[in-house]
Amino acid sequence: MFVQNIINALQWGSFYALIALGYSMVYGVLLLINFAHGDIFMVGAYIGFFVSTLLLGAYSFQLPWKLSGGLVVFLTFLLTMAITSGVGVTIERVAYRPLRRKGVSRLYVVITALMVGLLLENGNLALLGASRRNFPELIPKVLYSVGDVNFTNIKIIVIAVTLLVFLFLQTVVLKTKWGMAMRAISYDRMAVPLMGIPADTIIVMTFVLGSSMAAVAGILFAVSYPILEPYMGALVGWKAFISAVVGGIGDIRGAFVGGLILGFTEIFVAALFPSTLRDLIAFGILLLILTLRPTGIFGVARRTKV
Amino acid sequence: MKRYSLTFLALGFFILAVGLSWAGVLSPYLQLILMFVGVNIMMSSSLNLVNGYMGEFSCGHAGFMAVGAYTTSLLTVWFFTTGSVFGPNLLAPAWAIVLFPFLLLFGGLIAALAGLLVAFPSFRTRGDYLAIITLAVNYIVKSAIENVQPIGGARGFMGMGRVISGMKEVADLPWMMIWTWIFAFLTMLLIKRFVSSTYGKGIIAIRDDEIAAEIMGVNTRRAKMVAFMLSSGLAGLAGGLFAHILGYINPGSFGIMKSTEALVMVYLGGMGSLSGSVLSAVVFTLLLEVLRPLQLYKWVVVPLILILLMLFRTEGLLGHRELTDSFPHLKRILGLKEKGHASL
Repeated sequence: MFVQNIINALQWGSFYALIALGYSMVYGVLLLINFAHGDIFMVGAYIGFFVSTLLLGAYSFQLPWKLSGGLVVFLTFLLTMAITSGVGVTIERVAYRPLRRKGVSRLYVVITALMVGLLLENGNLALLGASRRNFPELIPKVLYSVGDVNFTNIKIIVIAVTLLVFLFLQTVVLKTKWGMAMRAISYDRMAVPLMGIPADTIIVMTFVLGSSMAAVAGILFAVSYPILEPYMGALVGWKAFISAVVGGIGDIRGAFVGGLILGFTEIFVAALFPSTLRDLIAFGILLLILTLRPTGIFGVARRTKV
Repeated sequence: MKRYSLTFLALGFFILAVGLSWAGVLSPYLQLILMFVGVNIMMSSSLNLVNGYMGEFSCGHAGFMAVGAYTTSLLTVWFFTTGSVFGPNLLAPAWAIVLFPFLLLFGGLIAALAGLLVAFPSFRTRGDYLAIITLAVNYIVKSAIENVQPIGGARGFMGMGRVISGMKEVADLPWMMIWTWIFAFLTMLLIKRFVSSTYGKGIIAIRDDEIAAEIMGVNTRRAKMVAFMLSSGLAGLAGGLFAHILGYINPGSFGIMKSTEALVMVYLGGMGSLSGSVLSAVVFTLLLEVLRPLQLYKWVVVPLILILLMLFRTEGLLGHRELTDSFPHLKRILGLKEKGHASL
C-alpha cells in the first residue's frame, strides 16, 4: 500500500517536475514568471493529439505508408516538441520581447504572461469547442503486479523519462557552453551582451527547452489520462509553479525536487485524509515550507544593494 | 458651493441611479450591470491600494471577497430568514434595513483579519514569492469553504434573496442599488483620504524604496499591516455586496478567475491611480457586457485587449496620475482646488 503510493507519487510528481522546469528556467534567465507555461503544457497535449491522430491515419490526409507503433510514438514526441517550442518562441517574440526592449518593470510582463495564458485557454475553447478529446492509445498498457503493488508500464515510462530529462538538462546547464551562457544571464543580464554572447538567442533557447519539456509532459499526461480538455493546463500549471518556487525557482534541481515534493504531498494527503481536503492541506504544507525557507529549498537569496 | 461640487456630482449620480431603478426605467439587466460596476469599483480600488500604491504583487484578492461574502451572507440569512440551515429567523425581517450595513461591515472586518494572513508573510518576502503566498491563501480559503458541508460546501449557499425581499416589504426601493453605491462612494472616499494621509504617504514611500522609508521613520511593518487589512476589508465589503446582489454564492466563483479580473482592472487603470482604477472598473464591466454577444470569443478578446494595452501603453489608462492631472480644469470645476492661488 505504501509502495503503491510511492509509485503513484513519483509519477504524479514527475508531471509537476517537467512543467516546473519550464517555469524555473525562464525565471532563472529572465526573472519572469511565465504564467502561460501551464497552458503551453495544454497546447503540447493538444498538438500531440493532432499529430498522433494524423500519423495514425485518422484524417483524410493519408500518409503513403503505414507506420509502426514505435515510430508513431517517436515521431509524435519529436514533432510535438518542435511545434510546441515554436508556440513558446512565438509567445516570447510577440509578447515578452517588446516589453523587455522597453525596459518596463517586471510586473507588467507578468500580467502579460497571465493574459497570454488566458488567451491560450479560451482560444482553444473557442476554436476547438468544449467537447473533450480522446487521446489515442499510443503505448499499449501492460499491467504489472509485484506482490501487493500494481502499476502499469506507462507509470514506469513517465518516471524514467522524467529522470532522463533531468539528467539531460543538468548536463546541458552545467557542462555545455550554452548552459554556461544561461547561467551567466541569470547573474548579470547587462554584462552578457558585452561579452559577445547573444542574449536573445540564449533566451530563445531557454524557451525552446522549457516548452519542449512541457510538450513531453503533455504527451505523457495525455497517454496516462487520455481525456483532453482546454482547462487542463490551468490548475496543473499553478501547482507546478508553486512546486518550482518551493524547490527554489531558477534552479533545475529545485524544479524536480519541488515537483516531487508536491506530488508526494498530494498523493499521501489524499491517501490519509478525505480527498476534498487534498488541495487545502497540500497548499498549507507548501505555505509552511515557504515560511520556513522563503527562497525555496535550493534557492539562493538575492541580495539587493541599498 | 464649488468646494462641494464633487459631492454634489456623486449625490446626483446616486439619486439618478436609484430613482431610475425605482421608477422602472432601467431594466433589471441594466440595474445588475450598474450594481456590478459598483462592486468592481470597490474591488479594483481596494486592490490598487496594495498592488498600486504599495507596489506589492497580491494575486489572491478573490479569497478576501469570499471571506466577506460568506460571513455577511451567513449572518444575514441566520438573522433574518427562516431556512433549513439555520432554522427560524432571530429578528424580524424589517430589521434588515438597519442592521444590513453593520453586518456588511462585520464581514469586512473578518476579511480584514484574514488579510493578516497575507500581511505577515509580506514582512519577509516581496515580489514573486509574495505572489505565490497570496495565490496559496486564495486557494486555501476557497478549499476551506468547499469543505464546510453545513453551509453547502462546493454546492454554494443561497437565501440572500429573501433578505432583500424582507427589506422590500418595508419600502419598495431598489435596496441593493442603494447599498452598493453608498458603500462604493464610501470606499472611494476612504481610499482617497487614506492615500493623502501620512499613512498613505508612508505606503507610497514603501513602494519607492522600502529601506529608505524605514530609515526615514516609516514603520514599515505597521504600514504594511494597515494597507493589507484595509485592502482585504474593503474586498470583504465588496464580496458581501456581491453575494446579496446575486442571492447565491459558491466557492468556485472566488477562484483565480476573479482574482485575475481584479488584477486586470488595477493594471488597466494604472497602478497608484484611484481615478484610474474607478475608470477601469467601469470600462471593464461595460466591456464584458458589450462583448457578451461574442459568447466564447469574449474571453479571447479581453486578454488580447490587455496584451495590446501592455505592449503599447504599459502604464494603463491613467498611469500613476489621477484624472485631474490629465484634465487640470477639472480640478477647478470639481472644486478640488482652492480659489485665490496665483497662477504661475
